Amino acid sequence: MNPVLRRTAADLAAAIRSGELTSVEVTEAFLARIEAVDDQVHAFLAVDRDRALETARRVDAKRSAGQALGPLAGVPIAVKDLLSYEGLPTTAGSRILENYRPVYNATIVQRLIDNDLVILGKTNLDEFAMGSSTETSAFGPTHNPWDLERIPGGSGGGSSAALAAFEAPLAIGTDTGGSIRQPASVTGTVGVKPTYGGTSRYGVIAMASSLDQPGPCARTVEDAALLHEVICGHDPLDSTSIDQPVPPVVEAARRADVRGMRIGVVRELGGEGYAPGVEQRFREAVEVLREAGAEIVEVSCPHFVYALPTYYLIMPAEVSSNLARYDGMRYGLRSGDDGSASVEQVMNRTRGEGFGEEAKRRIILGTYALSSGYYDAYYGSAQKVRTLISRDFEAAFAQCEVLVSPATPTTAFKLGERIDDPLAMYMADLCTIPSNLAGNASASFPCGLAPEDGLPVGFQVMAPPMADDRLYRVGAALERALTARWGGPLLDRAPDLTRSVQALVDEEK
Amino acid sequence: MSLTPDDVARLAALARIELTPAELAKLAPQLDVILDSVASVTAVAQGDIPPTSHALPLVNVFRDDVVTGSLSPDQVLANAPDAEDGRFRVPRILDEEA
Amino acid sequence: MDDLLDLDQVIERFDPAIGLEVHVELNTASKMWCGCSTAPGADPNTQVCPVCLGLPGSLPVVNGKAVESVIRIGLALNCDVAEWCRFSRKNYFYPDMTKDYQISQYDEPICFDGSVDLEVDGRTYVIGIERVHMEEDAGKLVHGGATGRIHDADHSLVDYNRAGVPLMEIVTRPVPGLGAEAPAVARAYMAHLRELMRALGVSDARMEQGNLRCDANISLAPKGRTELGTRTETKNVNSLRSVEAAITYEMRRQGAILSSGARVKQETRHWHEEGYTSPGRSKEQAEDYRYFPEPDLVPVAPSREWVEALRATLPEPPAGRRARLQAEWRFTDLEMRDVLGTEGALELIDATVAAGASPASARKWWLGELARRANESGAALDDLAIGPRQVAELQSLVDAGTINDKLAREVIEAVLAGEGDPAAVVEARGLAVVDDDSALSAAVEEAIAANPDVAERIRAGRVQAAGALIGAVMKQMHGRADAAKVRELILARLG
Ligand SMILES: [Mg+2]
Ligand SMILES: [Zn+2]
Repeated sequence: MNPVLRRTAADLAAAIRSGELTSVEVTEAFLARIEAVDDQVHAFLAVDRDRALETARRVDAKRSAGQALGPLAGVPIAVKDLLSYEGLPTTAGSRILENYRPVYNATIVQRLIDNDLVILGKTNLDEFAMGSSTETSAFGPTHNPWDLERIPGGSGGGSSAALAAFEAPLAIGTDTGGSIRQPASVTGTVGVKPTYGGTSRYGVIAMASSLDQPGPCARTVEDAALLHEVICGHDPLDSTSIDQPVPPVVEAARRADVRGMRIGVVRELGGEGYAPGVEQRFREAVEVLREAGAEIVEVSCPHFVYALPTYYLIMPAEVSSNLARYDGMRYGLRSGDDGSASVEQVMNRTRGEGFGEEAKRRIILGTYALSSGYYDAYYGSAQKVRTLISRDFEAAFAQCEVLVSPATPTTAFKLGERIDDPLAMYMADLCTIPSNLAGNASASFPCGLAPEDGLPVGFQVMAPPMADDRLYRVGAALERALTARWGGPLLDRAPDLTRSVQALVDEEK
Repeated sequence: MSLTPDDVARLAALARIELTPAELAKLAPQLDVILDSVASVTAVAQGDIPPTSHALPLVNVFRDDVVTGSLSPDQVLANAPDAEDGRFRVPRILDEEA
Repeated sequence: MDDLLDLDQVIERFDPAIGLEVHVELNTASKMWCGCSTAPGADPNTQVCPVCLGLPGSLPVVNGKAVESVIRIGLALNCDVAEWCRFSRKNYFYPDMTKDYQISQYDEPICFDGSVDLEVDGRTYVIGIERVHMEEDAGKLVHGGATGRIHDADHSLVDYNRAGVPLMEIVTRPVPGLGAEAPAVARAYMAHLRELMRALGVSDARMEQGNLRCDANISLAPKGRTELGTRTETKNVNSLRSVEAAITYEMRRQGAILSSGARVKQETRHWHEEGYTSPGRSKEQAEDYRYFPEPDLVPVAPSREWVEALRATLPEPPAGRRARLQAEWRFTDLEMRDVLGTEGALELIDATVAAGASPASARKWWLGELARRANESGAALDDLAIGPRQVAELQSLVDAGTINDKLAREVIEAVLAGEGDPAAVVEARGLAVVDDDSALSAAVEEAIAANPDVAERIRAGRVQAAGALIGAVMKQMHGRADAAKVRELILARLG
């Protein structure tokens, strides 16, 4: 593997700034890697080769001209195909938007452009970000680079797999119920869901507006923090965007200091249904933090057990409304318009053909939860329980600075294993959902491989709203201690995909 | 709570989604299972609990009444499945106004 | 065609109750959620952006001016202002709605519990205001096909320029007990709202432009019963005359149905300018809008200080203002009724007086010559290409004796034709009356010489015969003379 691919984003940016590498060299390396391995991984839905190289050349020219470069200038990045990027199809992983090309940029995409990052392309996802395995994508699943038979998590499996396969050093994800953290967890990468309102949702195709939050995906904590600083901050185009300074995440990541920090282990997020290897690695990581000087306490959040059902009422309700606009009138797929069909028939046909199974399931569930006579029992009740979950967080954060848990109950499961069992699929987000409901900051950091299957385990850290820097303090401290223990990054132990291809070729012979 | 394929068909009509009989037959029991699993929410939501619609307590976010410009006509219609005379062309509408 | 009962008999047997839902398009510069212009008359789809086009990923941001406008209207309607309220999504599919939901308000309107006092024919009626809420307008459909009507169109074309224009909905409580006055009170209510919107400066309130749109709920209850009867909702009632006519029609139609022993069907009906209502397509089930709080917008929580600051900007209430102006202008009740009966006249006269004209002259021009010309061209009075400042200037030219009434009409003609302000027109066309005594005297001499018999009669003391000579002089001078002065000269010469 080209050694450039394994370098961190911070390191690549420094190399570009110093002239050791050009952005074109770096970009070409990642484009070549995509070329070499993406037919196995299928992390990308679109690769924007020409524009990426053009951006890289522009950054190099800037440097040659002596202009100052930003902290991630010239570094390639992959963007989840849920963010509008002018000139490239933005499909949300759905047939219904197969040929849709945005005429405007999402605020985050614009910030990447303004900060001279090199957008490599768009990554695969579950349809409209609805899933935990990337299998509901209309364009085929993404494969986990640790084991190509397994899911890379979802919905942001394309972004997490691109990082784990060294197809990109950075990526953008979005997290509605865990779609940044759960994929990070099962691919041994870092994924951060900022405080709700910390990153702009403008231009990000909505799944469930009150829960959606875009965030940084990376291979190291510092890289995630650098990207966090680039993409976060107030956006007047998003009414729910918080008009406050971005918490000092980069500084927190560099300090990596948890001495004296009170860390609460959430009693309700563990035990039955959790894989032994997940629990083991999680407990070991908690010990690592204790050794690093943190004070560990156990806290109870009694309503977290209702988080999953609450989520499965609120999320589909918002989905049913957010996905109404895909009706074949203004953009996207239009089916059944034979000149005699009515507008209603064409909308029905378009949506029947354009949406996949999971999208339909959630739209219908949400329509039901909001329908007259059922609102109070379903959506109304869920909103009340949402309050109870937020109160649990408030009470817990009164006792400790961050909360921790496994990021997901199991390691990556096999492709196809849960696709016909929605409830089993939904369980993957058991630990991540509470933070979406409450809107607080949350992240997943690699904490080892489960002994039973050798697959990555994620360590979730949750912090109060606008205390995103605490995630990075904990994540960086953990990363420092564990990398030392492992003798290198966890991802060094992932299989080399090019070699496995070579192995296949050899076997053929 | 139990949803029949007819209930699902009614919801699908409300949601403007054409479903095949096979889809209806598959969806109804799946939705039933999901609804069973969320029933606990109704039980715990008893009493005087204020509902949360927004994760964070922001209020009064307004923009100034300033014209900031629009898309070009080409951009507006760039993705239109059908257009005519600068307008989106849509199939015939069976309106209330008969 | 429907059976209709005579209105007299309807009133004899039933008590009508009316309720009005009025949509008002606000006159903000930009739309409700985005920075697109709201200016009317633009080419189709030239005032749309990702937000009002509902493009994937776009998000709304509330126009603060629109919120202020709605609060001011609410205060002017004596409403309470919510301390905290949210927007809601009203979910339904229709191709003029880019998101397939309308952002509106549901159970938490920003203003509620108001009332309006209306005076109709000397009686005062109190209309209860249930709520005033904020929402957005939809795009415009043009129906393709032979007739351009929706039911035989084989396709439609959509222009989204109007999509997302701020709308406000004002809903009254059901008003019972109006009897035969129900249609007139409804009309007076609409006229009141229109006047109020203009006084507040929050809407152009032109009904013919659709700035002000009314849906009328009407029901009849057998005389003496307190519970309301089954109501119909008549849509598309978009002029003062139509409000009155549609309510009258529905009362008579429902009266005929109930008198025959049948039941009124609860339904939506459409008003046709030809003078009747027709039923909407009956649906198998009631529309289920699945309202829920709009997650993309944060709540609106007007502070007490903000509300009080807005209250301080309220103009004088229309009724009080009318009474004040009538007193200031010394108009008789009859004169004032004429003023109020002509759309826009009150404002125009007020502005003309403010520009320096006397109230009587301002009234004379606006209700006389200018009303006639507006009528001829089918335009509204305030659509004429002449404004209060120009009318005041015209009158000052008359007062100064520069022009006379006849010339003034010519000046108006020229101003309307775009030739400029009155003084400029007088200058350019050389219309000023001739003040030159020698020229006038010459004309008088000429007239006397040409009419010796008339001159003789005047000399004999028949002063009223001077009219014929004055006419001759004015003709000679092409109207550019002061008739009083001509008369003076003639009498001096022959006296
Ligand atoms: Mg409305
Ligand atoms: Zn717009």
